[in-house]
Amino acid sequence: MGRILKIDLQYKSTKIIEPGIELYKKFTGGRGLAGHYLRPYCTLQWESPEMPLLFFTGPLCGTGSPSSGLVYLVSVSPLTGCVSDCAICGEFGPELKRAGWDGIIITGRSEGLCGIKITDGEIEFSNAENLKGNPITTVFGSLSGKGASAASGPAAEQGILYSDIVFNDSHFTGGNGFGTVMHSKGLKYIDVQGSGKTGVYDNGELNEARDDILRLVSASPALMGAPGISEYGTGAFLDLMQSRLMLPADNFRKTSFPGAGKLNAYSFRQRFGSAKGGCAGCPVLCKKSSSDGRTIPEFEAMAGFTSLTGNREIDTVMAACVFCKEQGIDPFIAASSIACYTEVKRISPEKLDLMKLLEEIAFSRGDGELLKTGPKEIARALGKPELSMTVKGLPLPPADPRGAYGTALGYAVSTKGGDYSHAFPLSHEILRKPVATERFSFSGKGRIIKLSEDMYAAADSLSACRHIFLTASLEEYSKVFRAVTGIEMSGHDLAICGERVCYNEKIMSHLRGFTSDDDDLSERFFSEPGSSGNGIKISTINREEFYAARERYYRVRGLAPDGAPLKEKCEELGLEWII
Amino acid sequence: MDHLTAKYLKKLVSQKICESNAPLFGVLDDRLYWSSEKSEIPVLEPVIKNSGASSILFSPPAEPYRSVIDYLCEYSSREGVIKPDDTETRTFLHDIPVVEEFTPERISDGLKRRKGIIIPGKGILTQGSMSPEQAFVIYSSICFSTFVKFMTDFYYHSKGLIKMNGDPEPVAVKAVRWYSETLSSAVTLPEARGPFSSGEDAIQAMAEAGSLTVSSGMVDSFFGNISVRIENTIYISQTGSSLDELAGCIDPCPMDNSTTNAITASSEFPAHRALYSTSNRKTILHGHPKFSVTMSMLCDDISCVNRGRCHIKCSKARHIKGIPVVPGEIGSGPYSLSKTMPAAMTGRGVIIWGHGLFTAGEEDFTDAYKNLLHIEKNCFNTYLDLTGC
Repeated sequence: MGRILKIDLQYKSTKIIEPGIELYKKFTGGRGLAGHYLRPYCTLQWESPEMPLLFFTGPLCGTGSPSSGLVYLVSVSPLTGCVSDCAICGEFGPELKRAGWDGIIITGRSEGLCGIKITDGEIEFSNAENLKGNPITTVFGSLSGKGASAASGPAAEQGILYSDIVFNDSHFTGGNGFGTVMHSKGLKYIDVQGSGKTGVYDNGELNEARDDILRLVSASPALMGAPGISEYGTGAFLDLMQSRLMLPADNFRKTSFPGAGKLNAYSFRQRFGSAKGGCAGCPVLCKKSSSDGRTIPEFEAMAGFTSLTGNREIDTVMAACVFCKEQGIDPFIAASSIACYTEVKRISPEKLDLMKLLEEIAFSRGDGELLKTGPKEIARALGKPELSMTVKGLPLPPADPRGAYGTALGYAVSTKGGDYSHAFPLSHEILRKPVATERFSFSGKGRIIKLSEDMYAAADSLSACRHIFLTASLEEYSKVFRAVTGIEMSGHDLAICGERVCYNEKIMSHLRGFTSDDDDLSERFFSEPGSSGNGIKISTINREEFYAARERYYRVRGLAPDGAPLKEKCEELGLEWII
Repeated sequence: MDHLTAKYLKKLVSQKICESNAPLFGVLDDRLYWSSEKSEIPVLEPVIKNSGASSILFSPPAEPYRSVIDYLCEYSSREGVIKPDDTETRTFLHDIPVVEEFTPERISDGLKRRKGIIIPGKGILTQGSMSPEQAFVIYSSICFSTFVKFMTDFYYHSKGLIKMNGDPEPVAVKAVRWYSETLSSAVTLPEARGPFSSGEDAIQAMAEAGSLTVSSGMVDSFFGNISVRIENTIYISQTGSSLDELAGCIDPCPMDNSTTNAITASSEFPAHRALYSTSNRKTILHGHPKFSVTMSMLCDDISCVNRGRCHIKCSKARHIKGIPVVPGEIGSGPYSLSKTMPAAMTGRGVIIWGHGLFTAGEEDFTDAYKNLLHIEKNCFNTYLDLTGC
């Protein structure tokens, strides 16, 4: 049985919640349990003091379960207005768990900028006004350096709608603007340190289950192969996108970038060196850093500051990423905003000054005021809304939907906007796991997307890393879950939990006013073909087929034809019906 | 999905693991479709509807798999599961539940645990979370691993090292006769001649050799991989591709990883790369022929300290008719076969314990294919000699 810490920043007060076993069985933890606690407040504006910002770990966090040390953040995104979530690897999750907390719920608004220090059961608040305006490295340098920390940067103070929370100086919250949410609460940082240990029900069974998973991990070319994530980080995907002609270039006007071969993960390694890092106990260690300690860009930032914006200078990519980190700006959303802006303004890549625009964003100078609102608002304000390559205001990741139709559908129906983390269809459409599916077909994709969403939601609720699900499945993790908790749940039972988590998010999305009109792609993908070649044709997406697939998804998901939740499905999943 | 179910229905029959018209696919998207009308549908419909699967495959296996599985279910099942020791099982299946009742509830319970189950006297039921291909692969894998388990058990039984219950001999005789006929029909050799100078030539040669390897009946289509080296590029089959369907499933991968294309390459890419890096071989063929795998697992030293961990720890210099048998696991882990296989590849090929067989050629696939066939035949004949079948 775990405990959850509720903090009200207005009164600097705390409360302990003990959820009870039935609630854990229903939502497991992580993203699922956080969503449960967000639901009563989900219609509030993101900047409302009552709007919670939730940090939740899962039941496997802090145990010997492979790659299971994640913490999940959930709140409403200032960029999109969607209920959003992100997974953070590193030490924060395990440290929070060691301190005895399954999650933190932060509400209220501090009068002045403050910090929170959690040392096991002790909670201290401190004045953090002195950290205002400081780059991230300075903020982290002022903290204890023990345990784990999370902090927002100057970007949040500037009201940049895609400012991130940065964890332990290296992990980002992924563009949903949670740094801005954190700042709206008057919170600069959280420092957490724990001395406890997470109990395990059956260590012998855990070791067996762990061996089963590690065997699969070793057999995975994407994870552990010589050119895989373990060696090159997620940047390894860049070549793959280029070879499949789905690497977005020039704000998705093209799907291939001729300079990709000199800006790929291999080139970064050659230029900057590569050291492995990541979560304790993770066999993959996906984080890469240069020989001088700078973080090597993830795939999204790598593609964002190269093909998407047309930049061909590898040093500029590195400089842009370092600048974004110090400011707490999400690098990929910044790149997407710049790509949209340059297309609307007809700025050619040769004349693009990437660093100047990033500085304008960071310091609200020139067009930075507009650029800090994200591509959807940029395109709308400049009279070209059709040039926003977003879903629900969230920029599409660097995997062009014309090159993989399940990916297209997954973007459209994701409750957090244009995003592939909820269903990650690239897994089967491109990486061929667990099996290759036909990427230029919508056949069967409605159900595949639904089932994948359920699986990843279950993984996110267990606190297991999504990368591992490129090779393992809930079948293997159910054994881990039983070994850790003593509770018998099959892979199928965990998937039902995942379904509940997803449906809860559908309800919140509906309550926030999103409809099937929002589950759609930009016109470009239906009317302009991508870049064909090497025997691969990247055509436009057939709109009727896309809508038919979306309808099938709604039916399989148990939604009405307009994407709204249904009472009977709520009852089936044990979720509260919409009042 | 119709074309996929049709394709795999055909494969089940052509690979001789099901009889014609026996298999039934159920495919679920927003509606449920069955590949044919069968009396089992009323039981299976609630199974697929309540599952987390997109497709299920049900069929009695063809002989001799049927007899092998019936025997194992009757005599060898422990705690409701069959647990073969080969690599495919250890890595992907873990174990195979035996479900005694053909009812929706019991079947669903079994499928909640594993991707495939056996229902004694009825058949094998497998599921695919995304595609009928998964259900097909798991079905094929269960047939393979139960066959290998029976054959290894029967060897130890015939040597008096274990006691199999009932009378396994008629089943063993049926199995070896069937396999003898299968092998005798494998006479065609690859025609493409190397050395290959273009990627196009290499890909065509790989497709031809892969296809022949499957049609010979030695291996299943899904498990196996194949490659050609041209200068510093390795053309290799993609992960999860079938040896008999390689068109569009071959990645050109630079040996120095200057592009990361090999991220979708076969999980055995590290082993292929290691062999090419340390030899002048130009082609590699890898499959899981049944008796090479079976023979690799037979060792009379039943009190060996490494027993149970032979696949990673075996330290004996073992050979089968001069062909080395080495330990090693799939992929890149600490016990990767990429660390054991290349050094052992001094002759016709290398057998990996419980896993399969690697052969290689210096110009094209002629030698690699001939050696695969030769070694498998030798392993089969050796097994017959040892067991008196």
